[in-house]
Amino acid sequence: MADVAWQETDVSAQDVVTERARVLNKLRIGDIVFHQITKASALFVLVVLGGVIVSLFIGAMPALQEFGFGFLTAQSWNPVTEKFGALAPIYGTIITSFIAMLIAVPFGLMIAMFLTELCPMWLRRPIGIAIELLAGIPSIIYGIWGLFVFAPFLQTHVQPPIIAAFENIPVLSTLFAGPPFGIGILTASLILAIMVLPFITSISRDVFDAVPPVLKEAAYGLGWTQWEVWRYVVLPYTRIGVIGGVMLALGRALGETMAVTFVIGNAHKITTSLLAPGTTISATIANEFTEAVGDLYTSSLIALGLILFVITFIVLAIARYLLLRIERRVG
Amino acid sequence: MNFLKTLVAAGLVAASTVPVRALDISGAGATFPYPIYAKWADSYKKETGNGMNYQSIGSGGGIKQIQSKTVTFGASDMPLKPEELTKSGLVQFPTVVGGDVPVVNLDGVKSGDLKLDGDTLAKIFLGDIKSWDDPAIAKLNPSAKLPKQAIVVVHRSDGSGTTFIWTDYLSKVNADWKSKVGANTSVEWPAGIGAKGNEGVANNVANTKGAIGYVEYAYAKQNKMTAVNMINKDGKSVAPSAEAFQAAAANADWEKADHYYVILTDQPGATSWPIAGATFILIHTQPQDPAAATEALKFFAWAYKKGDKMAEELDYVPMPDKVVTSIQKMWASEIKDGTGKALFTASN
Repeated sequence: MADVAWQETDVSAQDVVTERARVLNKLRIGDIVFHQITKASALFVLVVLGGVIVSLFIGAMPALQEFGFGFLTAQSWNPVTEKFGALAPIYGTIITSFIAMLIAVPFGLMIAMFLTELCPMWLRRPIGIAIELLAGIPSIIYGIWGLFVFAPFLQTHVQPPIIAAFENIPVLSTLFAGPPFGIGILTASLILAIMVLPFITSISRDVFDAVPPVLKEAAYGLGWTQWEVWRYVVLPYTRIGVIGGVMLALGRALGETMAVTFVIGNAHKITTSLLAPGTTISATIANEFTEAVGDLYTSSLIALGLILFVITFIVLAIARYLLLRIERRVG
Repeated sequence: MNFLKTLVAAGLVAASTVPVRALDISGAGATFPYPIYAKWADSYKKETGNGMNYQSIGSGGGIKQIQSKTVTFGASDMPLKPEELTKSGLVQFPTVVGGDVPVVNLDGVKSGDLKLDGDTLAKIFLGDIKSWDDPAIAKLNPSAKLPKQAIVVVHRSDGSGTTFIWTDYLSKVNADWKSKVGANTSVEWPAGIGAKGNEGVANNVANTKGAIGYVEYAYAKQNKMTAVNMINKDGKSVAPSAEAFQAAAANADWEKADHYYVILTDQPGATSWPIAGATFILIHTQPQDPAAATEALKFFAWAYKKGDKMAEELDYVPMPDKVVTSIQKMWASEIKDGTGKALFTASN
């Protein structure tokens, strides 16, 4: 190479300089074009997001003007008198996601721990693939399964004994008050828990795998138990990744529509019993948008969408804040 | 250049098909009459070559679309009030009659075993009657053995003409329901669980012991659901059947009704089913496209004349003949083109 280049300079140094400039220029143009394309793609996301926010705002305006702040605190959802309040769907959205996370986070972490540390090699792949397949099942299938199989099973075999068992215990008797409907807040939460499990499990498994073996080996060498190694070595090392997985799962749970619509019972009411029917924001929109007559009704549904948007934004912000705090403390 | 030529050619072809397509009638609205409209359209196309394109997007959507003039006609299960019609420059007319049937899931109870009256039904849906062994139900069914089981009310969660007919009936027979809930395509339900569509209600009732819900008559019949007999306005117990719906339609006073604003619930007559309702077509009195509107009227005239048997096969109840005559008279006097000429005369 060097020889060739040397010979060429012999011919004409001037030619080489222009040639090099030409080639470099070409590369530079390529760079600029590539840069602009990637930038445009990234900006496009902002434009779409901005468009969604603006159109949600415009659509929600009539309802927000009519009901003001009371829209957030009123429970009544009455299409006849056109009095709309978002409290019941907001409550339902948050409580179902909360219960789902309460179940799915410990379960998911335990599965991930088992898969990375304790599981025999031959069993790892089947379990791992099964978990990923759970994530691939369309939500309508979960809904249908929930309605036809899971809810009747809960109604006949699970809810009656729970209601009977907690009948005389102060707080639990209101939380698990009958009658057993089969579908309701708890059923929706359980279905959601199954749906978000793969997110928590696969992400946790991947980050657990990334823990340097030497750390764990050192801890085991000191005579720590498996629980201690996981609690004081693996989890602290991976918590940023784990929180990321949990937040992704929470985002999915908050916005899940079809499966919840099937099993939550779609009642615009806040009840203390977890076995009673309720509703969520996305379920309400899915149910009522097609037949909503009148501007105020439609606008109230769009306002619900805006609220869900804000809730999701707050959740993301909290997640960012948590990550930032952890990074600051560690770093 | 070749690409451009193809594009131009394609455009020309598309443009040349436009006049032909204009003969196709477009409509949108209620889901309940969709099967019969589709069947009529199919036979009509075979007979005349003219197509009818109907999108079953729901009554609310149908009303919106006809108001914004994107379709030739709209369809709604809930009649519009005369003043709303005048405001939007629309007229409405009924096409077929259907209605709601209460269905239950109780061990050992078959269709017709149980009977309820409107007041008891309303109390169940208000959540006042909570158990199947309630004295109010037992009084109506002295011979039935009813379990001490919680009543699970199942209602529609989506807006629907079925719900309108149901809540309108409950409003007529129970003052509490009228003041607390009212009648609409969707309401604030005081009790129970909501499910999407007739099929959602049917599945929830089928899967929940002690459940009571309401579905479209045709849906209940075709799926052989456990129906409840109703005690009608005349105090007689009737089973849901085509004859009972026909009786309700025949006993209604269509002639006197302003703009056919008739809701067929709680009609008099010993054999009338009390929870019936007609489904309606909405059309502009001065259509933007008179040719298309004329075609639409021709289509419905054909359907009234030749479509009764098809309707009965699909468990809809056709309109009585004297009502059809009155509807066609209304078409001739109300629906006009820009110059004031009637689009429909009884002869075509």
